[in-house]
Amino acid sequence: MSPVVTTINFTLNGRPVVADVKPHHNVVEMLQTQFALFGARESCGQGLCGCCTVLVDGRPVSGCLYLAVFLDGAEVVTVEHLATPGKLDPVQQAFIECGAFQCGYCTPGFVMMTKALIGEHADPDDEQIRDYLSGNLCRCAAYPEIINAVKMAARSSKAGPTG
Amino acid sequence: MAAAIASGGQVGRSLPRLEGHDKVTGRAEYTHLMQLPGMLHAKIFRSTVAHGRIKSVNTSAARKMPGVYAVYTSDDVRKVIAEPYYGPAFHDQPILAIGKVHFVGEPVAVVLASDPHVADQAAQQIMADYDELPAVFDEVEASENKTLVHDELRPAGTFADLKHLKGRKWTNIALDFKLRRGDVDKAFATAANVFEHTFRTQKVLHLPLEPHASIADYRDDGITIYSSAQGPSFVRTEIARLLGWPENRVRIKVPYLGGGYGGKLYIKLEALATAMSMLARRPVKIAHTMEEHFYTITKHPSTFRIKSGLDKDGRIIARKCEVWWNGGAYADIGPRVTQKSGFTASGPYDIDNVSIDSYALYTNLTPAGALRGFGVPQLVWAYESHTDMIARALNRDPLEFRKQNLLRDGRPQATGTILKDAAIEKVLDRIAERLNWKQPFDRGKGVIRRGRGFAVALKAVISPTTSVAIVNVSADGSTTLYCGTVDMGQGSDTSMAQMVGEVLNMPAESVRVVPRDTDVTPYDMGTLGSRSLFHMGHAVRLAAEEARNKIGHLRRELGEPEGSNAPIAELFRKKYGMQAGNIIGTGIYKPNYIPPDANGLTTNATPFWMVAGSGVEIEVDTETGHVRITRLINVADVGKPINPKIVEAQLSGASLMQLGFSMFEKMHIDGGQVTNASLADYKIPGIHDVPAVMENEAVDTYQSNGPFGAKGVGELATFGLSPAIANAIDDAVGVRLTELPLTAEAVFRALRAKANKPLGDE
Repeated sequence: MSPVVTTINFTLNGRPVVADVKPHHNVVEMLQTQFALFGARESCGQGLCGCCTVLVDGRPVSGCLYLAVFLDGAEVVTVEHLATPGKLDPVQQAFIECGAFQCGYCTPGFVMMTKALIGEHADPDDEQIRDYLSGNLCRCAAYPEIINAVKMAARSSKAGPTG
Repeated sequence: MAAAIASGGQVGRSLPRLEGHDKVTGRAEYTHLMQLPGMLHAKIFRSTVAHGRIKSVNTSAARKMPGVYAVYTSDDVRKVIAEPYYGPAFHDQPILAIGKVHFVGEPVAVVLASDPHVADQAAQQIMADYDELPAVFDEVEASENKTLVHDELRPAGTFADLKHLKGRKWTNIALDFKLRRGDVDKAFATAANVFEHTFRTQKVLHLPLEPHASIADYRDDGITIYSSAQGPSFVRTEIARLLGWPENRVRIKVPYLGGGYGGKLYIKLEALATAMSMLARRPVKIAHTMEEHFYTITKHPSTFRIKSGLDKDGRIIARKCEVWWNGGAYADIGPRVTQKSGFTASGPYDIDNVSIDSYALYTNLTPAGALRGFGVPQLVWAYESHTDMIARALNRDPLEFRKQNLLRDGRPQATGTILKDAAIEKVLDRIAERLNWKQPFDRGKGVIRRGRGFAVALKAVISPTTSVAIVNVSADGSTTLYCGTVDMGQGSDTSMAQMVGEVLNMPAESVRVVPRDTDVTPYDMGTLGSRSLFHMGHAVRLAAEEARNKIGHLRRELGEPEGSNAPIAELFRKKYGMQAGNIIGTGIYKPNYIPPDANGLTTNATPFWMVAGSGVEIEVDTETGHVRITRLINVADVGKPINPKIVEAQLSGASLMQLGFSMFEKMHIDGGQVTNASLADYKIPGIHDVPAVMENEAVDTYQSNGPFGAKGVGELATFGLSPAIANAIDDAVGVRLTELPLTAEAVFRALRAKANKPLGDE
């Protein structure tokens, strides 16, 4: 196994970065091994659970299926980019306040997908929330709390940054 | 968040989880994501046959692959661990298959490489030859002993409640639990009505989104294992036993778990990682893919034959229960499932004559263990379906029939233990009230029919078990809790901190809970069976109380006036002349227990009873068989909630998990091969499966011997849901399903059979 290594340039959480990747490396593996970012994580390995969700050029993608080599020139945002020192993103804050997780393994994926959802629908109703988050699985089944958190996040995002 | 918390007042707060910040920012630690310098990745080569003698394992092609560090089989393992068998109830599971394989997916060889992709590719180059042997898959067939899974059984003798297991030959029965109360045969002979039904449950599994992972770092003078383990103390004991070492040379570190549900109990990958690190003399990580969980541990499929005799007034005077548990190829904790669930197999009813036989069977399938209920959900499925069927057959209201026969505080349960602090009737009444049971219900006319149903259940928490905790007050007054309870999502770190805060009069948020590390955190039997809040809760309370007493002693020693509230930091400064010193409180808790006698009877089966039930309203599409749950109600007796919000989340999450086991989850197995081993083919509940209306209620109770009146909650809402749905299906369309899952196909077949137009087999 000696596949060709490709050097890619992209923007990761607002900074220009360079990575050397093999053709079979997916986004999750590259983020973990080369940038020590573990928020996006592989679970089902089939793009079905959403634990690996990252934003590529503003669109949520499954980092376990998306090949790292395709990121050349892209803008990538991971869950690690949402909070600023001392201040969580409204989505993250809402997830805590609503208790929208138990084990927390799927949480970064839900947070990223919620971020994308609110970007698209500032005031999502139940049906929109369920449809948008149907690609994210939570084995602890914190779904009712997640739906509450999305609504709270939408409200506080609309209200604008506070404090 | 409240700015200031009044003194005490920590218990009963709906405090958001303490680790929330790390979880929403992606910074929480999980073993599956950990890396050690110099670490090798292991990939497992697995058996492709269900039962066979290993003729040869050819690893030469794999060894030759560039980048492969080593390939090991059991021959190598035995060079470093002479007797490489492990297990909580039986030492029956080899680290890698020795001589024989016993199920499809059993680990046979391991490839180590720095690059996990290389290890994966090399593992696919390994070839094995087997002499196939007859295999047995069904639990009832296995009890007839025609095909033997193991030549000899090897009891472990580790846990206090399983000390009685004996080694046997020529059988697949790992344990048979027997309970005899009164005289069932005589009672059946006098019964006015006798009913008998058989129920079955399917093979399902935990599937935590963090699959199993262990990293072992072996040195000649000690070993450190990082693991996604629910029972770090058991892992330490078992690894020390395998190595012939004292426990203090074995260190188990457990960060947060990405879900557990019973699937990460006892030994899973820890022994294999240990052997690999010993052989490679490097840290070795084994991290499962989702698919590999299907070959690691599952829930027990079961067959339950239940028979009840009633007198002319409708009182149940006799109940006979026979339960066969399909334990798969290795016992894991099946014997405890068999025994402990056996205690309550006759249900939450007051029955004078009870006979229970519960059998743990070996079969040639993936081993089965604990899954959120230790067998109780399988039992409730049967006895609450059966109870409903009797009521309907006798034209009795299912609520009134149950209330007539209900077990109440002060009465002996089947084991003979007097029921106490078990709010069965209250739970039942609240479900009925929420369902407006006494009001007429619109069942619909056309294609869509509506129905409602409920079920109520009783479980004895596992006993006897021990928990130990340490509370450490530092010289600045800040406080640290050391306890081995694993927070796998149930919120234990938060609840335990609340109990420390309650005793020491400090906000729970200010209490540091040390992540599990057996070098630091003291013994705990395991995070399982909803035992932690009660057992570890007591240990934590006792440790905090001891610390509080020592602080009081220090105040008196320093001549502080009675009732002084000088800050703790000031006491330390006075005593030691600077910010120095510690106050350490320890707490150990082990409840009393009397093991069952030869008839399964004991006056002290459990320190607390777990009580819960569910009610549902559903719609059945009579053209497709599709069932939609429109309203889901869970009611439980959890004592006094330590954290009401976490309690509600546990009830809600457990019932939605059980919704999957009830409605669609099933491992499809063909000749021992799992044919749907991935999330693409094995569906788990998603957000669209959440009923439009969900209600969760903890009834107002107080557990008199519980810490702050509390008791465990994690499993409760799994108990009653499956039979509640089946009862509602019967209510809606008059068909009765006796086997899980309750798929559209199963409902449709039953509808067609009822209309005398049965469908063919395929």
